[in-house]
Amino acid sequence: MPGPAPDERMRPKGRRNTQGIRVDPEAEVTHEPRQAVLSALVKHRPGVLSEVSALFSRRQFNIESLTVGPTVDDDTARMTILIEEPEPGIDQAKKQLRKLVPVVSVRELEGEAVRRELALVKVSGEKPDDVNAVADMYDGQAVDASTDSVTVEITGSKQKIDAAIEAFKQFDVQEIVRTGAAALERGPKTLEKDV
Amino acid sequence: MSERASVPKEEEEAEPETEQEPVTTGAQSVIRALENAGTDYVFGVQGGAIMPVYDALYDSDINHVTMAHEQGASHAADAYGVVTGDPGVCFATSGPGATNLVTGIADANMDSDPVIALTGQVPTEFVGNDAFQETDTVGITQPITKESYFAADSDTVGDDVSEAFALADAGRQGPTLVDLPKDVTQGETEVEPGSSETPETYEVPEEADDENVQEAAEALAEADRPVILSGGGVIKADASNALREFAKEYEIPVITTMPGIGSFPEDHELSLEWAGMHGTGYANMAISNTDCMLAIGTRFDDRLTGGVDSFAPDAEVIHIDIDPAEISKNVYADYPLIGDAREVLRQLFDAMPRAPDADEWRDQCQTWKDEYPMDYDTPDDEPLKPQYVVEQFSEMTPDDTIVCTGVGQHQMWASQFWEYTEPRTWVSSHGLGTMGYGVPAAIGAKLAAPDQEVVCFDGDGSFLMTVQGLSVAVREQLDITYVVLNNEAVGMVRQWQDGFYEGRRMASEYPWIPQFDKLAEAFGARGFTLESYDNVEETIQEAREYDGPSVIDAHIDPGENVFPMVPSGGDNGQFALNEDHLDMI
Repeated sequence: MPGPAPDERMRPKGRRNTQGIRVDPEAEVTHEPRQAVLSALVKHRPGVLSEVSALFSRRQFNIESLTVGPTVDDDTARMTILIEEPEPGIDQAKKQLRKLVPVVSVRELEGEAVRRELALVKVSGEKPDDVNAVADMYDGQAVDASTDSVTVEITGSKQKIDAAIEAFKQFDVQEIVRTGAAALERGPKTLEKDV
Repeated sequence: MSERASVPKEEEEAEPETEQEPVTTGAQSVIRALENAGTDYVFGVQGGAIMPVYDALYDSDINHVTMAHEQGASHAADAYGVVTGDPGVCFATSGPGATNLVTGIADANMDSDPVIALTGQVPTEFVGNDAFQETDTVGITQPITKESYFAADSDTVGDDVSEAFALADAGRQGPTLVDLPKDVTQGETEVEPGSSETPETYEVPEEADDENVQEAAEALAEADRPVILSGGGVIKADASNALREFAKEYEIPVITTMPGIGSFPEDHELSLEWAGMHGTGYANMAISNTDCMLAIGTRFDDRLTGGVDSFAPDAEVIHIDIDPAEISKNVYADYPLIGDAREVLRQLFDAMPRAPDADEWRDQCQTWKDEYPMDYDTPDDEPLKPQYVVEQFSEMTPDDTIVCTGVGQHQMWASQFWEYTEPRTWVSSHGLGTMGYGVPAAIGAKLAAPDQEVVCFDGDGSFLMTVQGLSVAVREQLDITYVVLNNEAVGMVRQWQDGFYEGRRMASEYPWIPQFDKLAEAFGARGFTLESYDNVEETIQEAREYDGPSVIDAHIDPGENVFPMVPSGGDNGQFALNEDHLDMI
C-alpha cells in the first residue's frame, strides 16, 4: 500500500484527556474525585440489590456505602449510595443506574442533604460509667450491658461516628457495626418518578 | 421448517381463520405471547425443564429450528434480529442449556441486537437446592441483558414474556431473558397474556430538545472539516435513508463504524468507508483531523477510537444517541442530542442554517483516498490472497447479498474488501468478538431473508467452533455459501504475536485442522477446495448455484496479515500500512 508513512502525515493540533474531554491548551481540565450521594427509588422485589451492586462493581465504581430500606409505598424501596468518583464517573453512575429496569428514579442529593449513619459499638464492661460519659458526649446511649461488655448506639454524620469510635478505643473496642449513610434532601423536595 | 412431521397428524386440520383456543397452561400462555408479538421462528434445543413449552409449541404455527448447540440458537436469533430488525427468539433448557446460551446473549448485548431468550428452569420448589440441571440463570444473565425475568406464576408468565419482548425492541435494542420454572409452565391457568408493553419504569426519548438541535446545527454549519460518524444505531433506527439525505444535501463526508457498515453506500463519493483498528487509512485520517464530528448511534468503542486522548482531538462532537448513558461515556459530547436517530436527523436537517463550507476538506479527503487505497499484492505465483476471494465474490453478487462472518482476520477482510451499499447486509460479532458466530448467524440470516443471497466468511479456527451448525443448514436445506479463509491458524492472534510478542507463536497455529470440503460432504453439504487463482470465479459460481449449503475451503496465503492497523490504544492517524510501520509507531 502506498501513501505517506506515519510520521509524514497531516497531524491535528489538539488532544483529549483520558476521560475523552478535549483539553483546552490555556486551561487544562481534569476532574478530581468527589463524594456524591445518590438516592434511588427502586421496585421492591428480589434481586434488585444484586442488580444495582453488580452494576457498580462491573463498572468499577467505588461504593463507599450502600443502604436500602422500604418506603411508605409497599412496592418501592429506597437506596442511598455514596460513591467517590471524578465528575464524569458520577454522571455515568447516575445514567447507568437509571437504565436498570427496576429503578424508578435516581437523583444526586445536594451537599447539604440530611445524612445519618448508625453505629453499634461493643466495648469492655469494666468501666460502665466512663463508657456512659463518652456516649453522652456523642448523643449516644447504651443499648445493652452485661458484666463483660457494654454496647452503645450512636447516630449522626460519618465524621461524628468516626470521632466517637476513636474515643471509645480507650475502652477496648470488641466489635463495631456501621450501616452506611441514609440521606434525604432538606426542604420540601421529594424523590419521585421523572425527577 | 416444521418439525412436527415425525408424528402423523390427523387429517382434520383446523381451518385457517378459526378462533384461537383459550390457554390452559402457563406454557401455552408463553407461546401465545410469542404469537401475539408476531414471532415466526424460534431457534432452540429441547430439554427436560423446557419440555412443557415445547409441548405447547407443538400446536402453534411458529416454526421451530432445532440447533446443534444452544450457542448457535442464541447467535441465530441474534442474526435474525439484525436482519429483520425485530427480536429473534431462542429457547434452551435449564442448567447447561441456559449457560450455553450465555455467549450469544452477551454478544447481542454488546451489539444492541434484539433477542428474547426463554430458558427452562427446575420447578420452583427445587430452585436454590442445587437440583439436577439447575443454575441461577437470572443471576448469570443479569449483567448481559436489558432485564432478566424469573417467571414465578402461571397466571403472569405470559405477561412476563410479552414485556420481555417489548423491552428487547424498545429504545436501544438488546437482549432480554425469561426463566421459566417447569411447574410454572406446567401449571394450569386461563389467563391470556396482555399486550406487549414495556415496563412503566422504562422510558424512551423520541426527539431531541429543539434548542440543542439548533446549537448543534450551527456548530456543524460553521465547521471547516466536518465528518459524519455513522454507527450501528443508524441501522437499528432505520435511519439509513435519513442519513443519506442529510449527508448528500450538506455534502459532508461519511465514515461508518464497523457495526455501521451498510448505513451509507460505500460506492458513494462522500463515503470514506469505516474507521478504527483495521478501518481504511482515509477514514482514520479524516477522524484524526476533523474539527466537527456528527456521531450517530455509536458508543465510541476502543476498537474505533484507539486511545481517546488522540481521538478526533480537534473536533467538537455532536452525539446523537437514544441511550443517555452513551453520552460522554468514552468521548465527551459537546452537543448531546438524545433521541431516535431518524427523528433527530430530521430535526437537524431542518435546523441547518447552511451547508458547511468544506470544499477544501472534501478535496483533502479525496487526496487521502488516492494515497491510501485499500490494496494488496497479487503476484500470480503467490499463494491465494484472501482479499481477492472476497473481492471477486462481492463483484459477482447482488447489492442486497447478506454477508455473515466469524471473528478474526477473515472478518476484517470481509469488511474491507466487500462493497456494502445496503443496511442489514452486514452481520457480524463486533463488541464481544465471538469466534464461532458465523455458522449459526448465517442460518438465522437466511431464515430471516430467504430471498436474499447469504454468504458466510469464516476462518478455520472460528469455523471449527460451531461447525456442528452445518447439520442444521443441511436439514433445513438453507442456500448458504460458507467460505473458510483457511490459513491453518488463528491468524489475528498470530499477527499480534508476530507484531508485539517477538513472533512467539504460542498456540496460534492449527496445522491439524480437517479438510473442510470433506467435512462439509460428511454433513451432507457440498464441499469445494480453492488453492490458486485459476478457478476462484468458477468455484464461487458453482457454490452459489448449488441449492443448499456449500463450503469452500479456500487455502489462502498463511503469511497474509490485516492492514491498515492502528495498534490497540494507539492514535488513529498513525495507522500502519505494513509490518515496517509497526516499528515506527
